Amino acid sequence: MQNKEMRSVYCDTLIELAKDDNRIMVVEADLMRASGTMAFKDVYPQRAVDVGVAEANMVGVSAGLSAAGKIPFAATFGCFASRRVFDQFFISVNYAKLNVKLVGTDPGISAAFNGGTHMPFEDIGLMRMIPGLTILEPSDPISLKALVKECAASEGSSYMRLHRKAVEPLYSEDETFTLGKGKVLKDGTDVTLIALGAIMVPQALKAAKLLEREGITAAVIDMHTVKPLDEELVLSYARKTGAIVTAENHQVSGGLGSEVANLLSTTLPTPMAMVGIHDAFGQVGTQDWLAQHYRLTAEEIATQAKRLCAQK
Amino acid sequence: MNSSFTQQQLAEFSKEIRKQTIWMIGNLGVGHIGGALSIVDLLAVLYAKTMRIDPNNPDWEDRDLLVLSKGHAGPALYATLALKGYFPLSELATLNQGGTNLPSHCDRTKTKGIDMTTGSLGQGLSAACGLAYARKIDENDCYVYAIIGDGESQEGQNWEAAMFASHQKLDHLIAFTDYNKMQIDGTTEQVLDLGDIEGKWNSFGWHTLRIDGHDLKAIEEAIQKAKEEKGKPSMIILDTIKGKGASFCEGKVTNHNMAYDLEVANAAIKELL
Repeated sequence: MQNKEMRSVYCDTLIELAKDDNRIMVVEADLMRASGTMAFKDVYPQRAVDVGVAEANMVGVSAGLSAAGKIPFAATFGCFASRRVFDQFFISVNYAKLNVKLVGTDPGISAAFNGGTHMPFEDIGLMRMIPGLTILEPSDPISLKALVKECAASEGSSYMRLHRKAVEPLYSEDETFTLGKGKVLKDGTDVTLIALGAIMVPQALKAAKLLEREGITAAVIDMHTVKPLDEELVLSYARKTGAIVTAENHQVSGGLGSEVANLLSTTLPTPMAMVGIHDAFGQVGTQDWLAQHYRLTAEEIATQAKRLCAQK
Repeated sequence: MNSSFTQQQLAEFSKEIRKQTIWMIGNLGVGHIGGALSIVDLLAVLYAKTMRIDPNNPDWEDRDLLVLSKGHAGPALYATLALKGYFPLSELATLNQGGTNLPSHCDRTKTKGIDMTTGSLGQGLSAACGLAYARKIDENDCYVYAIIGDGESQEGQNWEAAMFASHQKLDHLIAFTDYNKMQIDGTTEQVLDLGDIEGKWNSFGWHTLRIDGHDLKAIEEAIQKAKEEKGKPSMIILDTIKGKGASFCEGKVTNHNMAYDLEVANAAIKELL
């Protein structure tokens, strides 16, 4: 069976939620077709608002909808959802303590052919600076569905990176997820690979297999929620394995790597390596080419893990 | 709505808001007096005559809503809300003090009666659109009012919101432009001329009116006309004077954020008696 596109899972989940909760709304800025939410509009035309190419207004309208008690899911490309509307999201939504679920699609290199203008490597970094905001990036369709439901049910705003394309499920249908609680996909004792998102979590699993061949047993964690970070889990695996590699489709500075390093450096200094983008802009290319170019690969994760293990 | 308010009572109410606003900022020693005083007459009409509100139930779902997008005029709104009984007048002395419920710019999380957080200019009209859209699909007949500044109109987001409101036929959205013709760096004409402001709103599909923003009767009538307009949002452009009613600052381009003390405030209040 062909895997479902992540954006379809996103839309189907919202339609399902909206059936029992008339507060659920979709807000878009002329990217309904890209975000996959046209089907929502077909079912709930009044509850789907397309503001046109006007992202600032999209966030402002969402703030107003939330102030009137609605639960708007507002989506656009991640570059616009973060860089372009940062102040609107900061002030009209978060400072105002409203309840808007902002979704940034095409995270990092998945923007591929749209290139550097559309390739957010810094959206998590920007969002991490907003007090109290929940930040997440689901890695597969099962976790996506569960975490969208979690977001809808929890009071307060969130920023979710949404990979739009089809990806293979990593979890079984009955798996449960909690915001702020990472998932251990594979246990291990020598090194812990903490990964984020639909591109890097599978790469981390693959890296664990590469390491296994060399006699290194790596634990793999899907840290779907960057903020609030599952500190307990990070600390327990830092203690257990004594070496941490983070892997993200984002700048390591400001992203998951920074979040984990903030915790460990102040609490339990642990040798770390960060796989991700190192102070660079995006560019055009296929997703595979970009992954090789920026070394967002299982091989790079394994190389870093081996380096840490050798230093033990 | 309280249509039993006589014109004389309304004028008194407006004067009282003005006095409290002048006092509050003078008591603190510095503040956005100019743009606060230019909207006092509008606030008087909205809160004494027009808006469906219940100060004892500030979260009432069927209430009319106000977004003061030019959030720095908060003190004038705080004076109005206190006079309406949302909170004690004595709280006005806490303006901008640490831990206050009355910060310089409007904050929905802190102040009873404040429907939206504002202060980063250009964002309020979008929020008002969201409020109006939500109430519309909920078939709630309340009105959403928004007040934007003239300098603030230079922010592009207003025009995104303007297109949205007319496209969605938000006829229960009634906005006002406080056209006092001054901004921080000079007159609007000098800094960035608004040009044909009525024509701009008209061309964005809004029902547009222009009146003397210090004529209480004219404001009331304009709002009534706006309510009668179906299928379009309304923009009421108020010709106003920045710092209106306080001789120490009226019409002065330096009055945007001005320092003055209680002695000056009390003298100005005396002039209003």
